[in-house]
Amino acid sequence: MRPGARQTLLAALDQGYADPSRRYHAARQSRRLLDGARESIAAIIGARPDEVSFATSGTQAVHLAVTGLAQGRQRIGRRLLVSAVEHSCVIHAARAVPEGKVEELPVDSRAVVEPERVRAAIARGEVALLAIQSANHEVGSRQPISEIAHILDNSGIPLIVDAAQSLGRDDCPAQWSILTASAHKWGGPTGVGILAIRNGTRWRSPLPDDPHESGRIPGFTAIPQIVAAAVALQEAEDERRTESARLFALTERLRTELPVRIPDALVLGHGIERLPHIVTLSMAYVAGEALLEDLDREGFAVSSGSSCVADALVPSHVLVAMGALTHGNLRISLPPGALESDVDRFIHVLPSIVAKVRDSLGAGDL
Amino acid sequence: MTLHLPYDVVVDERGSMCPMPVIALARAVKQSPEATVLLLADDPAAISDIPAWCAMRTRVLVWAGDTGDGRGHGFLVAPTQDDRAHIL
Repeated sequence: MRPGARQTLLAALDQGYADPSRRYHAARQSRRLLDGARESIAAIIGARPDEVSFATSGTQAVHLAVTGLAQGRQRIGRRLLVSAVEHSCVIHAARAVPEGKVEELPVDSRAVVEPERVRAAIARGEVALLAIQSANHEVGSRQPISEIAHILDNSGIPLIVDAAQSLGRDDCPAQWSILTASAHKWGGPTGVGILAIRNGTRWRSPLPDDPHESGRIPGFTAIPQIVAAAVALQEAEDERRTESARLFALTERLRTELPVRIPDALVLGHGIERLPHIVTLSMAYVAGEALLEDLDREGFAVSSGSSCVADALVPSHVLVAMGALTHGNLRISLPPGALESDVDRFIHVLPSIVAKVRDSLGAGDL
Repeated sequence: MTLHLPYDVVVDERGSMCPMPVIALARAVKQSPEATVLLLADDPAAISDIPAWCAMRTRVLVWAGDTGDGRGHGFLVAPTQDDRAHIL
């Protein structure tokens, strides 16, 4: 968690503990803190404060966005269009809609949704919603949200944008009907998600009636965590003005230098329209698990979409949808403040680790 | 095998998991560069990885599909888009 957010959280545990719906002094203080956090986050995402509600996680925000919109528009249509590379929570939420017909929109080899596919899909009518992420969580490619929103113009079809990857790291898309995000991703505390619903959107809560967060999120609101999340987002937004360009340059070095030093390694995702801090590559003849263990020993915490690493037997649906090599997959995500010297060291150690893993599999000469 | 495909070499990797089927395919292709290789695999990752490997190594995936005996998938990998591809 960001130090500023941590300090805020500790202070707010005392100052924001009371029930904001009451009238006594401490309650009014809670209300002011919550209102301030809501206004701050609304300004950053380009929303009105009354459009922003606080969920208990990014996943809960996505679940409610998808199921509530499907419910609100069930008389209009039952087709739920989602990109094939959405975060699993979006796809699972769509599949959970009773009588919903989930259709996955294909992507190109960089994991980018082709706007023409959207045009073709909506032409057949009866669409309840379209869900497209702001940027892909595994390979970092930005999705063409404004182009897609333009295609939806006048159709009345609501667009859910899962901006979990972008908020605090990249520009937030301006065109959406519902925007979701997770405070944990921008260095805020866990337990805070954003569910922003544009006024006029036909969203209906799929949950039992509850007065909290304008009837959108059930249960007592986690004001201290929310206040800390707002502070963290403001910090992240201020920081990225200078940090994004620096991280982009560092990831660009990884993108260009690693494939030169490692045979049969492919960098995945869009080269330019991408998040500044993520690099993903797939390397042939490498077992992802051994790779992660060796990198962990060198002090690098990275992740992988390979099936041999995940508990599931199937590889990442994102890599499959892109038609990418799924084994030997490595996702490097640079935190704000990542040191150039660490990037240098990574570029230095990865080729020898890959060579070692390949040798152990008898694939060193391929 | 119930398939009737024009292959030169068959590599049966059923029962082995990623990345072994791709390694076995690459090994077979390295040993016999001119051969058309039939790879059999039941690792779910192979369905994505074999076409991706072929694209990377500019090999031609002539055919991919069920082996017909309910035991995994077959991938017919040729050096180039030659005449044998048109038989299918």
